[in-house]
Amino acid sequence: MGLLDKKYQDSNIIIVSLEKALNWARKSSLWYMQFGLACCAIEMMATAASRYDFDRFGIIPRSSPRQADVMIVAGTVTLKMATRIKRLYEQMSEPRYVISMGSCSNCGGPYWEHGYHVLKGVDRVVPVDVYVPGCPPRPEALLQGFLHLQKKIMNETLVVGINPDKPVVIQDKGGDQIDIANVDETDEHKTAQIEFPQQDVKRKKEGA
Amino acid sequence: MKTTEELHRLLSAQFGDETCELKPDEKVEPWIVVKPEVIRDVAKFLRDEDGLRFDCLMCLSGVHYQKENELGVTYHLFSTSEKHKLALKVIMPEDNAQLPSVEQIWKTADWYEREAFDMFGIRFDGHPDPRRILCPDDWEGHPLRKDYQVQEFYRGMKVEY
Amino acid sequence: MTDVKEKGPEVTLTLPADTGNGLKTQEMIINMGPQHPSTHGVLRMELTLNGEIVTKAIPHIGYLHRCFEKHSEAMNDYAKVIPYVDRMDYVAAMNNELGYAIAMERLMDIRVNDRVEYIRVIMAELQRVASHLLAIGTFGLDIGAFTPFLYCFIEREKILDIFEKASGARLLYNYIWIGGLMNDVPADFKSDTAAFVKSFRPKIKELNDLLSMNRIFIDRTANIGVLPEKVAINYGVSGPSLRGSGVKWDLRRDDPYSIYDRFEFDVIVGKGEMGTLGDCWDRYIVRVWEMEESLKIIEQALDSMPDDGDVQEAIPKKIRPPAGEIYCRTETPRGELGYYIISDKSTSPYRIKARAPSFVNLSVLPAISIGAMVADMVAIIGSIDIVLGEVDR
Repeated sequence: MGLLDKKYQDSNIIIVSLEKALNWARKSSLWYMQFGLACCAIEMMATAASRYDFDRFGIIPRSSPRQADVMIVAGTVTLKMATRIKRLYEQMSEPRYVISMGSCSNCGGPYWEHGYHVLKGVDRVVPVDVYVPGCPPRPEALLQGFLHLQKKIMNETLVVGINPDKPVVIQDKGGDQIDIANVDETDEHKTAQIEFPQQDVKRKKEGA
Repeated sequence: MKTTEELHRLLSAQFGDETCELKPDEKVEPWIVVKPEVIRDVAKFLRDEDGLRFDCLMCLSGVHYQKENELGVTYHLFSTSEKHKLALKVIMPEDNAQLPSVEQIWKTADWYEREAFDMFGIRFDGHPDPRRILCPDDWEGHPLRKDYQVQEFYRGMKVEY
Repeated sequence: MTDVKEKGPEVTLTLPADTGNGLKTQEMIINMGPQHPSTHGVLRMELTLNGEIVTKAIPHIGYLHRCFEKHSEAMNDYAKVIPYVDRMDYVAAMNNELGYAIAMERLMDIRVNDRVEYIRVIMAELQRVASHLLAIGTFGLDIGAFTPFLYCFIEREKILDIFEKASGARLLYNYIWIGGLMNDVPADFKSDTAAFVKSFRPKIKELNDLLSMNRIFIDRTANIGVLPEKVAINYGVSGPSLRGSGVKWDLRRDDPYSIYDRFEFDVIVGKGEMGTLGDCWDRYIVRVWEMEESLKIIEQALDSMPDDGDVQEAIPKKIRPPAGEIYCRTETPRGELGYYIISDKSTSPYRIKARAPSFVNLSVLPAISIGAMVADMVAIIGSIDIVLGEVDR
């Protein structure tokens, strides 16, 4: 049992909130959709292959969007491909995440000025959770992107109407009733909002 | 193995002086300019004649000469048995860019002619599948023309940065 | 060299007479791609099927059209084209740079010194090995063999380490410049490369045991997607796909560029060992043995590489070639990469056309896939070894 070996000999009960347990399970088996677009796809393959080894994070490729949790947009999105990307995203089941890998899918990359056939940023078509910069990003950078996504998943909540990015206050109303509510945004959070304007607004509203 | 000058002599003897013209280039490679209407006959002659045997079309490229208001197509030919190369050129006016297809002679030309149509709007008569190849079917304009203006939106997506 | 003395072949796209057993089913059109995991990127195939048998295949490309030619005209410097050249065939960036640099040097009449030439050849051959490793690994992956993919990537990473030490990048290098190199190689370049060559040679045998001679692999690839020699030449197919059909044609030997005439190496051709000449297995095995030949070239180059020489001495201050046109071709891992450059005496190219080998090789797909099963389509696409960045440019 590795780390857990002989740690809980007396009892096998671990007390944890349901939210945390669910999120822990979800973040530990992120299945990504296996499709490459351009140069970054080669680095994505290298990340999945021998030296960098995605599998140790529970990240394995699935060929069908219906079985995938996360879509890695690895490479230049052209206008001809953009409609397909949108459809692939819509075919994925909720909760779904998008990692934009490389400069091209972040903002058009080297093709931003004269690329008449290049979409300048995949976030014009689908909402993006994590942006990984680089042209192409090294495998370490992609792994870092996944770690950030895992952090984001750990912060998600089951409760309706709660924005996990904002501070949460829990009030005990006696008996079984508790009240959970967001407090007002601090200045710190406002700047964070400006930095990541393209986050999935809809998902935030629904809370999960 | 024949030089471009020798090939030009053979072509003029076959098709007449006025249809093909040798353009010497002091620096790199000379080329032969051929009238658009005879290009398919010239191509067939070059492929099948003994001693020529240009069995391989290496490259077919469209060119837009903006100053002269002309469009051109350059054929780079190569013979795997005789080992000689040849650059053929066809020059057409911009508003009537039309020439016979050589797809029946070299299959390589199939996709290259579609590309030249897509990028420059050059029409190839007798091509079996004259569609766009790289850009989507509902794309506007021909991108590699020097006076190309990119469209603002494509299916609701903004094209400019 | 082949002697095609008779007239060009009439290529007809009809179903072979012996496919199927007379049973007919309703014709069905299915769509394969553009995100199909085995299309090596964003290729889309429109397949017309009779039962499981492909009666018509139409490739649709352009899903990665990144406007290379527009960019090269819009950049106001010939040197700024090199990063875009890298991104064309992103699996073999060094070879693309080499082709472009040689074309420009011929146009401007620049001579580079021996040290530059040797480093370029070593880099290009290492890149060829890396590219073939990726091609072989993903071909195995397409067929259903996962392990060879991992084995190939172990070796590929070692090559990328050598590149990274020299240029700082893993995939797209911008290392070979017009008239020289970005910088000199590090001090331990020779020993690193020699160590890699020594360690890699037994791995080719291991790969053969693991994949090439595997019964299941042979059954999936032999006699599939047969490409006859004359059809290949008429379609302009080049590189390992052409040599797999038994045509002894390699630009490094037949139209030498750089210093390839100084090295001893064989041109590997397919022999039809496991089935018909020109089938998928032949195209595959040509790549395997070509890695061995590349190692030979690297060893010879390491032996005779001069230790002194400024790698930047021939780099022009201002790149302004004379007016003229050039078509210059080199052999990349996928075949004949040609650059057609028109210069109008200014600092930016008037027109650059890249004759991409993958583009031409892919156009033969409809001809060789008729009569194949759907599952064989995967093998055929994998054996042609296309890179979509180069197909669409």
